[in-house]
Amino acid sequence: MNDFLNRQRPAFFCPGCAHAKVATALDKALQQLHLQPSEVVIVSDIGCAGLFDTLFATHAVHGLHGRSITYATGIKLANPSLTVIVVMGDGGVGIGSAHLLSACKKNVDLSLMVLNNFNYGMTGGQFSPTTPVDASANSGFLNQLEKPLDIGDLAVTAGAGFVVRKSAYHGDLATILAEGIRYNGFSVIDIWGVCTGRYTKRNQLTPKEIDAKLATFSSLQGKIDKNQREPYGVQYRRASRALPPFPSPLIVKPKYSPVVKERQEIMILGKAGQKIVTAGEILAVAGMFSGVYVTHSCDYPVTVLRGHSISEVTISPKPIEFTGSTKPKWILAVGQEGVDRKRDTLSTLEKDVVILKAKDVYDVPCIGRIYEYDFDHLKIKQSDRALALIASLAEMNLVITSDMLVSALKTCLSKKRFNASFSLVKRTRRR
Amino acid sequence: MKRAFMEGNEAIARGALHAGCQFFAGYPITPATSILTYMLGALPPINGVCLQGEDEISSLGYCLGASMAGMKVMTATSGPGISLCSEQISFAIGCEIPVVIVNVQRLGPSTGSPTKGADGDIQFMRWGNSGGLPSIVLAPTGVSDAYLLTVHAFNLAERYRCPVFIAFNKELALLKESVDLDALFLPPVENRCYANPDIPHLPFKAEKDLPPPFLPVGGETIVRQTSSTHGPDGFITIDPEVISKANDRLKNKLEKYVDRFSIYQLHEHAEADTLIICYGVTARAAKDVVTTLDKDARHVSLLILKTLWPVPEAVIQNAARKVARVLVVEMNLGQYVFEIKRVLKDKPVEFIGKMDGMLISPAQIIAGVGS
Repeated sequence: MNDFLNRQRPAFFCPGCAHAKVATALDKALQQLHLQPSEVVIVSDIGCAGLFDTLFATHAVHGLHGRSITYATGIKLANPSLTVIVVMGDGGVGIGSAHLLSACKKNVDLSLMVLNNFNYGMTGGQFSPTTPVDASANSGFLNQLEKPLDIGDLAVTAGAGFVVRKSAYHGDLATILAEGIRYNGFSVIDIWGVCTGRYTKRNQLTPKEIDAKLATFSSLQGKIDKNQREPYGVQYRRASRALPPFPSPLIVKPKYSPVVKERQEIMILGKAGQKIVTAGEILAVAGMFSGVYVTHSCDYPVTVLRGHSISEVTISPKPIEFTGSTKPKWILAVGQEGVDRKRDTLSTLEKDVVILKAKDVYDVPCIGRIYEYDFDHLKIKQSDRALALIASLAEMNLVITSDMLVSALKTCLSKKRFNASFSLVKRTRRR
Repeated sequence: MKRAFMEGNEAIARGALHAGCQFFAGYPITPATSILTYMLGALPPINGVCLQGEDEISSLGYCLGASMAGMKVMTATSGPGISLCSEQISFAIGCEIPVVIVNVQRLGPSTGSPTKGADGDIQFMRWGNSGGLPSIVLAPTGVSDAYLLTVHAFNLAERYRCPVFIAFNKELALLKESVDLDALFLPPVENRCYANPDIPHLPFKAEKDLPPPFLPVGGETIVRQTSSTHGPDGFITIDPEVISKANDRLKNKLEKYVDRFSIYQLHEHAEADTLIICYGVTARAAKDVVTTLDKDARHVSLLILKTLWPVPEAVIQNAARKVARVLVVEMNLGQYVFEIKRVLKDKPVEFIGKMDGMLISPAQIIAGVGS
């Protein structure tokens, strides 16, 4: 079997660097797996571990610090037949920790090799997430204040199905790497090694001492029983096959003659929970049943069941450009919150404005003709009031008609909700 | 006439599907979230992939991985998310990875107002990457325009192998309007230009000022992609001549050809002394201004730019050649106006803009036009 090394780019690590050992082991592992170079993608990012992508004659991607898992995930989900291997340093694990957690949780079928040498070698030996408290790093005293991260434990907790903690100097590293690559799911191999360029300039660390230290950690040798499940891509494709097709857009074919002669702006003012947005959409679609142009914009805060909710509907025989309200002619007020939000606009309106309001909306600061509805007396609940006012508006035959409204209800609502709304519309015809 | 009733974000999703988008990843963020919702409904049933990333960085990273493997990809976010995306945007520029990035702008600075509109990231989309090399930015003015420009965005991303931004705005993203989809003049769908796999492949070997032909990571031919400064072979280089040539090409492959994808609308009036220049949702108010002023015989010309970056300088110069002054209107405190001033050095350029979460009204523009 030919090896996978790139003849033009021999390893370029410091003399004695553990990374060289891992590169040799990965080459052996790939040979054991009988893969073709074109079936393998090696994804690396920043730091000395980021030199790995150049060492192999496989597909290679080199990207931003800690983000290699994200590219690898995209590649694997786009082309599930590939063997995708991610190589990161301990620094990459830190800066890309959100991606590590996500890949463990998802169980994407990738193999992650962490080249863990307990410091940022390339930038000068600063402390990394795995630097021991008693080590001397090029970050002053800062590493003495932080608990080092146990990458293996983290991966197990996050849900990885295959986790190994290993010395770069173990003779069976290649076999373990092959096992991790062959594993059908996300595998994490935390490989401890010596950084001769930086770390051992200030600290004592030998392969023997790595073994001694490994012995004080919990044993992680491969499959994690409690985390076994199908890989993400397999689950994803199966779940996808069961889904219905994406619905076509809502198309409205005009059935009635328009009643609007010029641009009409209708403002529906209420509060969260009153189905203001749905009411606005129904009004807009009702307008479309007469072949005119409509726009619908909303205003509400980020809170969900609290705060104002406003719908602005414009219905016009001509194409609508500016979508904001300039001079609303129709105010449908079912909640004081929405009215308060629009006080400035309302106070500028003139006498020709028509206000349809719920009785409990106590203060609408504008002049004009007011129609008041005692919804408590009519036993119409909060979430139906905006639609009830639209039914009254339709009765006036000036913006939409009742026929248009019924067509819109049929189009926008499920059969059950249509029946309920239809009886509501009949019940609230203007009195 | 039958029309669709469609939301701006829905139009983006449907435009993406029309263009052949196969992969979407996004992180929930108001007001871009519904694009994720639509894509999640649309892609899985057609064997596409839609992911909810753990953040915006990973969402774009997932997209870049899938694009390198040959898929058409898109992400969507808003100001706080586009800020996080910055390093991945540089990667996509430098590595020539096609991707469509929808930026549904909301009022900033910072987390600002999630449910208020703005055009506050217009310079950020151009310059918010390390190295300062260009991407393409398109700005729709409405729902059907969003559909159309999304198709263009995919075509341009594939053709030039670069990120293409859609500069959207909350005021259009969540706007629903009646649209006549049949009346849209959609361009033919373009696909990436593939390299001949039978000749030895250098992933970044390209003709002068053109993108390199593509081969996917994971195909039969070995491909290298790297964020490091690279030569045609995709390996790190320190040769100043090679580096300079590569970076010049990244700039020229877009800026030199902007005339081929300068999308705009020009409403010219022979008697106009003022040219209004705007883009996005503000263009709609400006159109009403033109109609209103025409009635008073106070004529103005209007240039609506839909290709914002690279700056379509020839279009701007041509539109301004007959007028005495130019008025730039933007939903920010002055961003694109600097480009207009740069392009129209000898013309008085005035500016109207604001950052209060409200649309700029026709009346505010008319006040700026003066009597």
